[in-house]
Amino acid sequence: MSHEAALHEGHGHEEHGHHEHHDTFLTKYVFSQDHKMIAKQFLITGMVWAVLGGLMSVLFRLQLGYPDASFPWLESLLGKWAKGGQITPEAYYALVTTHGTVLVFFVLTAGLSGTFANFLIPLQVGARDMASPFMNMLSYWFFFTASVIMMSSLFVETGPFSGGWTAYPPLSALHDASPGSKTGMDLWIISMALFVVSSLLGGLNYIATILNMRTKGMSMTRLPLTIWALFFTAVLGVLSFPVLLSGMILLIFDRNFGTSFYLSDIYVNGVGALSNEGGSAILFQHLFWFLGHPEVYIILLPAMGMVSEIMSVNSRKPIFGYMAMLGSLFAIAILAFLVWAHHMFVTGLNPFLGSVFVLLTLLIAVPSAIKVFNWLTTLWRGNIRFTPGMLFAIGFVSLFISGGLTGIWLGNAALDIYLHDSYFVVAHFHIVMGVASMFGMFAGVYHWFPKMYGRYLNNTLGYVHFWITIAGAYMIFWPMHYQGLAGMPRRYFDFSIWESFKQFAELNRFISTVAMIVFATQILFLINFFYSIFKGRKVTVLNPWESNTLEWTTPISPGHGNWPGEIPEVYRWPYDYGKDGHDFIPQTTPVGADETGTH
Amino acid sequence: MSLILSVAIIVFIYVVIFQIAKASEYVSILKGEEASRQQNNKINGFLMVAFLVLGFIGIYVCNKAYYGKTQLAQGAASIQGEKVDQMLFVTLIITGIVFVITQVLLFWFAYKYQEDKNRKVFFFAHSTKLELIWTAIPAIALTVLVVFGLRNWFFFTGEPPKNANVIEVTGKQFGWIFRYPGKDGIFGKKYYKNIDPATNSVGIIWDDKYAQDDIQTEQTMYVVKGQPVKLIIGSRDVIHDVGLTHFRLKMDAVPGIPTTMWFTPIYTTKEMREKTGNPNFAYEISCDQMCGNGHYSMKGIIEVVEQEDYDMWMAKQKPQYYTAFPEKDPEATKTADAGVTPSVAAKADTTAKVTKAKM
Repeated sequence: MSHEAALHEGHGHEEHGHHEHHDTFLTKYVFSQDHKMIAKQFLITGMVWAVLGGLMSVLFRLQLGYPDASFPWLESLLGKWAKGGQITPEAYYALVTTHGTVLVFFVLTAGLSGTFANFLIPLQVGARDMASPFMNMLSYWFFFTASVIMMSSLFVETGPFSGGWTAYPPLSALHDASPGSKTGMDLWIISMALFVVSSLLGGLNYIATILNMRTKGMSMTRLPLTIWALFFTAVLGVLSFPVLLSGMILLIFDRNFGTSFYLSDIYVNGVGALSNEGGSAILFQHLFWFLGHPEVYIILLPAMGMVSEIMSVNSRKPIFGYMAMLGSLFAIAILAFLVWAHHMFVTGLNPFLGSVFVLLTLLIAVPSAIKVFNWLTTLWRGNIRFTPGMLFAIGFVSLFISGGLTGIWLGNAALDIYLHDSYFVVAHFHIVMGVASMFGMFAGVYHWFPKMYGRYLNNTLGYVHFWITIAGAYMIFWPMHYQGLAGMPRRYFDFSIWESFKQFAELNRFISTVAMIVFATQILFLINFFYSIFKGRKVTVLNPWESNTLEWTTPISPGHGNWPGEIPEVYRWPYDYGKDGHDFIPQTTPVGADETGTH
Repeated sequence: MSLILSVAIIVFIYVVIFQIAKASEYVSILKGEEASRQQNNKINGFLMVAFLVLGFIGIYVCNKAYYGKTQLAQGAASIQGEKVDQMLFVTLIITGIVFVITQVLLFWFAYKYQEDKNRKVFFFAHSTKLELIWTAIPAIALTVLVVFGLRNWFFFTGEPPKNANVIEVTGKQFGWIFRYPGKDGIFGKKYYKNIDPATNSVGIIWDDKYAQDDIQTEQTMYVVKGQPVKLIIGSRDVIHDVGLTHFRLKMDAVPGIPTTMWFTPIYTTKEMREKTGNPNFAYEISCDQMCGNGHYSMKGIIEVVEQEDYDMWMAKQKPQYYTAFPEKDPEATKTADAGVTPSVAAKADTTAKVTKAKM
């Protein structure tokens, strides 16, 4: 008996389907090491933060849209942060900062990568679980702890950090520069440090699993584009997050241990001249944006990968230009590291340095354009099925076109001088990163919900969710380009003293109203999501979307180890849709003698 | 009371939509997989085209309503700004063409190629020729934009003309301080530990012989129409940014690291008031880098005037030295005789004040 037990320990996961695994409630739902459960933990936590972050945006849009109105219920909700029923400037800046931080990192990084990398990688490469299930579990619990600490920063006496999610020193380094730069800032940094650890643990796992644990026949060029995208995302994260961590460690030192990495020649009102000399505030910006730019691709790439997948399946056609799509993912990943200073064109940097970044930034537009044209060609002469997932995938492409094109305006430094820190930038990044990636996330949830929960999400609610959100998102962010072209600055609590900017009062009201409607529509999605987990229409077929990829070869609700028997072998790439008159040919189907070759 | 009613109505709307959705799910089960898929495809296919059309109408309506408010219509107020506006239009045209083509194709294909059981898909997996075409064309378009853009970038960030007036701008929480070099044309040295908010807000070293004719003002800065002006920009505390909307320029104000920006204004403030038809028009300086809870309140004003008006204004300015040391001011001794109490600043001495920061 013990000899067999020793053998059991010794051999790898590939040989047999299930362990003699006795799960308690804690090990199944809380401290799970199963990648599918961890994925759901990331998803639910990400959704909680999405609701909170979205609510914050509704609150600060209330101030922007109705600056003179007073809402008594606001005071009951926020207390001293909304005296007289109006949000104070302190509260406004805390809301804006937390909204940015939470949405960029907790929702669109952890919630997006964390969910889909965890869920899809083992299933689509043909592995029983991640390379290290234990490290995987840790990556979620570090994220959870980071969330708790960020949440706690909302309740300290001096308030959460309020200097913008970009946290530039000296504002973020000086306790006396703003109440939000006191305890709230320390908690923000600690939360972010733990978040970085979570991302690194996850990223290392994803890379190791994709490289080492693919099933027989799954060569790298037979991987679905989703996996390639998640792979590059993980590499981006592993290489860039440590730099953010280093920037933040130096910040903690400047804040609390008297160093001068970022500080020099400072006189603070009410305090006096500080003794710090020799530091450079611009150093932080380099360290921050060295992560900050790859970060936006960490957010974008998973969405792109999933959209490629979902568009192909629902057009019943291969994704057009698999190798070009792969090449452009690769080009985007490399260029992502070389463009960070386009966020710093107006810091007074050396103009020659600036020109190099202009060139590299506009260069990154080329692979992005290739991807758009390839998606369009995927639709061309296909047989499109409008599942909600497909709708969100199409919406993603539309938003990526719109937001990506305004990136070309901003990447040209001479234009950026005018548009920097204006609502033009706000419009650009919300459209191309915020809404587009959110649509990628929705597409993924609608498409893989049947695999996650063995039930379908309600279609009608999905259609309503999509059409209201896409129309609403455009109505919110499109007019902001005009505000930006008028030079209207971002991060302004109020515009009433500004002759140059106060002409947009009516537009601000319109945008705020639409924002509330769009937020309310997301509640509809949440109702659909949570209701369908328990009461949704049950999935009765193995492969509801008639897809080629491996995740649909497991039982409807895959258990621990994913395949009860042997892991299937792969014989072809995932995009044989409509080939030789066959509607779809799963990857597990051997290549016939009469076939016209691979792709 | 009305709050509870509003919440109740909202909840009711959710319940109604949810019930309709549940009901339609039952209907589609009854109709069968294929029939309900067909109907969904038809509806959403139609909505794709409808969205495309309504979207372009929306773009047109939005443009009509808001283009006029962007100040692009009234023209830039600096020679740099005119180049920026040119670039904006060229970029708009190039990206606009791409926008229209790709959005139309996207939504049109979505509509046209919805599932049709009488049509076979076209198995089209790759085409090197197409990939090369749509790599080359964007690359060429972007090269045009880069060349155009970099020529302007090097012009904006390059050396200003030799005859430029120089003004030092210091940002602080929450306002702007301007310093002129005075008759000797040279700025006196400064050191931040000398700062005294009441009398020496930028920390001028009074012993420096060039410092004693430096003129300081707050909030409002004067420049001459048609005359290039170079700004030497710094900050007293956190990063600010000198945002000049009408001149289409901005530059960060960083503590410890001076930055520079130059421009040549084309219209006086008075001329702009006539041009825009707005008697309240002002060249406002907006802070364009998050700097704390008063970020939105840091308004500065640039008065662009004719040379004579500038000279008249300058003649009336008193060097900051006399504000710090009223007893040194020849005018003040006269008014002191007339019974005006000397300012508190007279008690300030020339030694540098260093205050240890609270940790």
